[in-house]
Amino acid sequence: MSDLSTTYLGLQLQNPLIPSASPLTRRLDTLKKLEEAGAAAVVLYSLFEEQAILESHLMDLYLSQGTESFAEALTYLPEAQDYRTGPEEYLEHLFKAKQALGIPVIASLNGYSPGGWVRYAREMEQAGADALELNMYFVATDPNMSGRAMEDMYVQLLSDIKATVKIPIAVKLSPFFSSLPNMALRLQKAGARGLTLFNRFYQPDIDIEMLDVVPHLILSDSNELRLPLRWIAVLYGKVDVDLALTTGVHTSEDVVKGLLAGATVTMLASELLQNGIGRLSVILRDLDRWLSEHEYEAVGQLEGSMSLQSVPNPAAYERANYMRVLSSYTPARP
Amino acid sequence: MSESTRETLTLDGNEAVARVAYKLSEVIAIYPITPSTPMGEWADQWMAEAKPNLWGVVPSVAEMQSEGGAAGALHGALQAGSLCTTFTASQGLMLMLPNMHKIAGELTATVFHIAARSLAAQGLSIFGDHSDVMAARNTGWVMLASNSVQEAQDFAALAHMTTLAARVPFLHFFDGYRVSHEVNKIETLTDEDLSALIDETLIQAHRGRGLNPEHPVLRGTAQNPDVYFQARETVNPYYAAVPGQLQAAMDKFAALTGRRYRPYEYVGAPDAERVIVIMGSGAEAVEETVNYLNAKGEKVGVLKVRLYRPFVAELFAQALPPSVRALAVLDRCKEPGSGGEPLYLDTVAALHEAWTGALPTVLGGRYGLSSKEFTPAMVKAVYDELAALGATGRPARRHFTVGIKDDVSKLSLDYDPAFNIESPDTVRAMFFGLGSDGTVGANKNSIKIIGEDTPNFAQGYFVYDSKKSGSVTVSHLRFGPRPIHAPYLVEAANFVACHQFSFLERYDVLKSAIPGAVFLLNSPYGPDEVWNNLPRSTQQQIIDKQLHFFVVDALKIAREAGMGGRINTVMQVCFFAISGVLPRNEAIEAIKNSIRKTYGKRGEAVVQKNFAAVDATLEHLYEVKVPAAATSLFDRRAVVPAAAPAFIQTVTAPMMAGLGDDLPVSALPADGTYPTGTTKWEKRNIGTEIPVWDPSVCIQCGKCVYICPHAVIREKVYQPVLLEGAPIGFKHTPARFKEFKDLAYSLQVSPEDCTSCGLCVEICPAKNKAEIKRKAINMETQAPLREQERANWDFFLSLPEVDRTAIPVNSVKYSQLLQPLFEFSGACAGCGETPYLKLISQLFGDRALVANATGCSSIYGGNLPTTPWAQNRDGRGPAWANSLFEDNAEFGYGMRLAVDHQHATAAQLLAGLRETVGADLADALLKAEQKDEAGIQAQRGRVAELKRRLTALNGHGSAATARLLDLADAFVRRSVWIVGGDGWAYDIGYGGLDHVLAAGRKVNVLVMDTEVYSNTGGQMSKATPRAAVAKFAAAGKPMPKKDLALLAVSYGHIYVARVAMGADDEHAVKAMAEAEAFDGPALIVAYAHCIAHGYDLRYGINQQKLAVQSGYWPLFRYNPALRAEGKNPFQLDSKPPSVTVDKYMYNEGRFSMLAQSHPDEAHQLLDLAQADVTARWATYERMAKGA
Repeated sequence: MSDLSTTYLGLQLQNPLIPSASPLTRRLDTLKKLEEAGAAAVVLYSLFEEQAILESHLMDLYLSQGTESFAEALTYLPEAQDYRTGPEEYLEHLFKAKQALGIPVIASLNGYSPGGWVRYAREMEQAGADALELNMYFVATDPNMSGRAMEDMYVQLLSDIKATVKIPIAVKLSPFFSSLPNMALRLQKAGARGLTLFNRFYQPDIDIEMLDVVPHLILSDSNELRLPLRWIAVLYGKVDVDLALTTGVHTSEDVVKGLLAGATVTMLASELLQNGIGRLSVILRDLDRWLSEHEYEAVGQLEGSMSLQSVPNPAAYERANYMRVLSSYTPARP
Repeated sequence: MSESTRETLTLDGNEAVARVAYKLSEVIAIYPITPSTPMGEWADQWMAEAKPNLWGVVPSVAEMQSEGGAAGALHGALQAGSLCTTFTASQGLMLMLPNMHKIAGELTATVFHIAARSLAAQGLSIFGDHSDVMAARNTGWVMLASNSVQEAQDFAALAHMTTLAARVPFLHFFDGYRVSHEVNKIETLTDEDLSALIDETLIQAHRGRGLNPEHPVLRGTAQNPDVYFQARETVNPYYAAVPGQLQAAMDKFAALTGRRYRPYEYVGAPDAERVIVIMGSGAEAVEETVNYLNAKGEKVGVLKVRLYRPFVAELFAQALPPSVRALAVLDRCKEPGSGGEPLYLDTVAALHEAWTGALPTVLGGRYGLSSKEFTPAMVKAVYDELAALGATGRPARRHFTVGIKDDVSKLSLDYDPAFNIESPDTVRAMFFGLGSDGTVGANKNSIKIIGEDTPNFAQGYFVYDSKKSGSVTVSHLRFGPRPIHAPYLVEAANFVACHQFSFLERYDVLKSAIPGAVFLLNSPYGPDEVWNNLPRSTQQQIIDKQLHFFVVDALKIAREAGMGGRINTVMQVCFFAISGVLPRNEAIEAIKNSIRKTYGKRGEAVVQKNFAAVDATLEHLYEVKVPAAATSLFDRRAVVPAAAPAFIQTVTAPMMAGLGDDLPVSALPADGTYPTGTTKWEKRNIGTEIPVWDPSVCIQCGKCVYICPHAVIREKVYQPVLLEGAPIGFKHTPARFKEFKDLAYSLQVSPEDCTSCGLCVEICPAKNKAEIKRKAINMETQAPLREQERANWDFFLSLPEVDRTAIPVNSVKYSQLLQPLFEFSGACAGCGETPYLKLISQLFGDRALVANATGCSSIYGGNLPTTPWAQNRDGRGPAWANSLFEDNAEFGYGMRLAVDHQHATAAQLLAGLRETVGADLADALLKAEQKDEAGIQAQRGRVAELKRRLTALNGHGSAATARLLDLADAFVRRSVWIVGGDGWAYDIGYGGLDHVLAAGRKVNVLVMDTEVYSNTGGQMSKATPRAAVAKFAAAGKPMPKKDLALLAVSYGHIYVARVAMGADDEHAVKAMAEAEAFDGPALIVAYAHCIAHGYDLRYGINQQKLAVQSGYWPLFRYNPALRAEGKNPFQLDSKPPSVTVDKYMYNEGRFSMLAQSHPDEAHQLLDLAQADVTARWATYERMAKGA
């Protein structure tokens, strides 16, 4: 049996497999099953501050609408003693998860207001989170907003949060930066201990019958591994942060690829949603077998061994890769 | 409630009573009825919060199906030895009467708390008087009257104390609204107080009398003439003991709290010659006036009757000063045909029996019915009437009324409205607001701040109009250094705030402002611009009264803070800043504390937006420099146009303007009969946005017309030539109907009747291809469109209606060309009920009789001043009536019996007069099928011809011809509709509904299922779904919804449909048409989204769709007529569930709130709710397959 243990964000992990944020991390019973199946840590679903604010405003609207207007019905709904609005529910869940699990619990935050990011980060730390994953994304729609200004927002937010909490912080990024390595470096300097690559967004679709824009989420497959794989390979060794690969991990082979490119851990959700939590233990077993078969003693030996700086032909991760793919599709000359 | 030191709290009478009753009870059976409902709501809420009673146990609070059910349940609980209570009023008390006789006859200790209210007579009234409790005076219950919020709490405790000692049940009553809803500062009772007051040994004795198989007894025998009478007389000693026991309890109470009461309490000059006898809150007004008049040297007094049953002649007589020469006994009820009202008769009898010396003259007066104002000015008029008796003591009239002008029976006393005894150190403030702007809520908070954060005493009373959308509220606040005993509205205000600028064009808001008062106006115009935007009479009042005039643009501040139209916080800050009741900084801090207390649990974001509004307010508050002269060239608008009929001008318009109190008796119909079609005269102009039609995109489907809850969107097809004379800007386009190829088509909105709900835009299927976010109709700001669209609307109305016989009306597209005969109701914006009623009115309205159960639909359908059931150009339309809540099916059934009998009589007469009127005509009349519009139209022609021929007999006819002429209209097929909500159909009226459906007569029943008692504020009914939060189910309803439709199907002979017009509009129209066509009883259960569901009703259609798609609300029709065709009568009309039920539920606050307040229970109930849906679908599917 090979040594699968690793260290991510300073947390000692039994293996490099972490279930990422998904409905499976919303319930205590499934969290426990994930641990039993071998998860090294869990990333809880994201607390979306914007959603929490919206829910508060909606509850206020619904409890207020029609009230004190009509003599026979001064209100229309009973007022409960207390409500668990989004953040409270999340923090309670986090607290219970920490109580119930022996593995590290990583909280995930998607803030909205600068104050909200900092406040909820602090409260997550207080609720027992072992680390924070900042689920940051700003979709640029304003042509007057420059790329640099956008990037500054990420860095500033991270700095503010870093100044508030002591637990390690990872930043979950989108691939849409002009210079991802530069961005990664800036985040490292601002205090990030890890980067999670990449965020998968809901991509809007269009219903051509109803003429509606509709949110659309398709679960990932192994093909999507390629994008984070390349960027992890590029970043490995150039920035002093732990790298987590989080898209397209479905098999032990995908895990191996991620580690070879430079990931410290690999995260997965779609595979577990589609094929059950039991897949986790299967992938772990397969990983162990692969390592044995290929005479690796520990996963640490894999990490970054095929990163851009470690492969004989770095261009494979750079432009030449593009050229080669193109040329492979060049029709044969008659 | 368990503090050892007594808190001084500012609360209303209902809460004050409920706090005590809850603490001292083990079993509480409840049922909602205004104005007592909040007491039951408090009890249910405290049970949900697991608050214990005095003995550390959470009481069992159970909602029943009616007040009769509640009384029955309590009777049983009492027989089993528990401490019990309930809360009710008005018709609810009437339903309890049978059990009350039993409970008293069995000498059972209990207390019913009554927020006393009018009984429905010529009209229903939710407001306060003693009609209900007086109807209970022969039940054998002790009747105890409390007069104020403080007394209501104290007497609740006294009642619970004494009933245990007396073994006679207590009916504790206080005036509905004036006490039940008045907010006042009181000293509350602690648990320790209650423990000290209640004698535990009496509880043991009560429990010992309970039924127990360990020592069994039997009660409820049937007795024979030999012993019943004697047995009835056995109880006399118990009643004789009550006064002493009550006084003992009052003495004990006084020793503990310092508040001393007596069963008959005299206040005034010890040598008074003129005394008023009265009970209830009016006594407070009399006492204040007595003190005022005596200070001026008069010698008058008031006897406050606290113990009304048993009425103790000796104690009553002893309480009066021996000097009294004349008494005026004031009753807050009317007993037509009686020799006098109850308290008057009791007084006369008591004096006859117990007075020593010359009997004083006794007058009987009625006052204050249905919360009619009863003021010191009226009190003075009564004393003046007594003074006018002179030395002889012989009255010119023995009976009088006060507070109205009775120009019919000439019974009313004149009074001087200017007589005012308000203390100069009491601040009196009035706030005019909209229900939706939060004015009342803010004022309730202000009262709490003043009452609890300052040494001041404070009082708040709130007046609402009868509309559910765009309703106007007037808050009356008093505060000052002395306790406030002023159970009447503020009439001389030194602070007037108008929270909506638009009110100035409709109401005289400064009428009650005294000289030098403050006038605070929420104004879009700043201090330099506002003056010229005020109506001229408003300007003149400001000048004449030398008002201090302030403006603030509260709407702008509120919007910028994210508060939308809720300007409450902003105006509250202004009130504190100007009134100076607290230093500004302290006031701001107190307001913020109050905000956190009120909104904190809804989330920090809500608190912060309120704080933002507070912080932004003061810098936008300006005092206006008032010019020396009025300069405006415009004034308040006429209430109704000159074209309105005389009745509207003279009776309805004053009510609309808030001047209904000034109408004399002669102005009002004696039998409660009012004209229909009156809402069209009340242009409330409450919509801030209205739909605007884009003819180039419109596909003329009629869906917007169909869904509009207020019938403000109409469509017509007409000859293009009629466009001559149309206002410039009147929109039209070629009609897209195959029958009307050459006609023009217009879709028109009534700009001053729209409530801005937006349902029309949501349902519109036609999107603008160039810009998808725009549709064939789009909401736009109303103000700039108002005048143009008003002209367009008037022109549109002048266009002819469609020929009903020329179109197939049983589809959405065509049915919406029919004129709605239900329009502009006061229902909530976005109401889910009214589109169904409107559809009935379109399809059958010109020949419909409507029996309407009490509830939302009877209020928006029949609440004065204006009512929405309308008439067509021929003067035909729905004839509508409301009987009660519980009897509506029977009421409509009675209509059917009458209609059928009239038809049968007419047919018999016609058969006998066949040769006289002409055989062809007679045969045609008798055989007419009237299956469609053409058939009905033809029959109307025959009836007209019959009448013509009968009239032509010109006095030469027989008695039979005269009778036939009277009954000729009965030959036109009548459509009898029995309509109401789920509270009626599933609960209180279910027995009657079941019977009427079973009886087989041709009635159509429409149940508008909002799944709660909407009219009283969203209490649970048996239609409430599992997992929903509702009042009386604050912890989520654990049991599933009753399948009313399936129960009706089980009979086999009833047409039954379950519809949701927002999900499948054609299906609803089809069901309505089939129901009417079916030769037998028909039941339509219609999904109706409701404000009590907790979401923006603009999305009601989306929710209806999800309800159907999730299988929560499967659509079906069960048509027994299909059996004759060899078909399965059960047709399942919706598709199998395609989404899980949570996708439907969690868009609505009533479900999502449970997930936030009780997450574990919510998960479990959601699973069960999903299982309910799955199981029901399987059942329906089997039925549809004929399995």
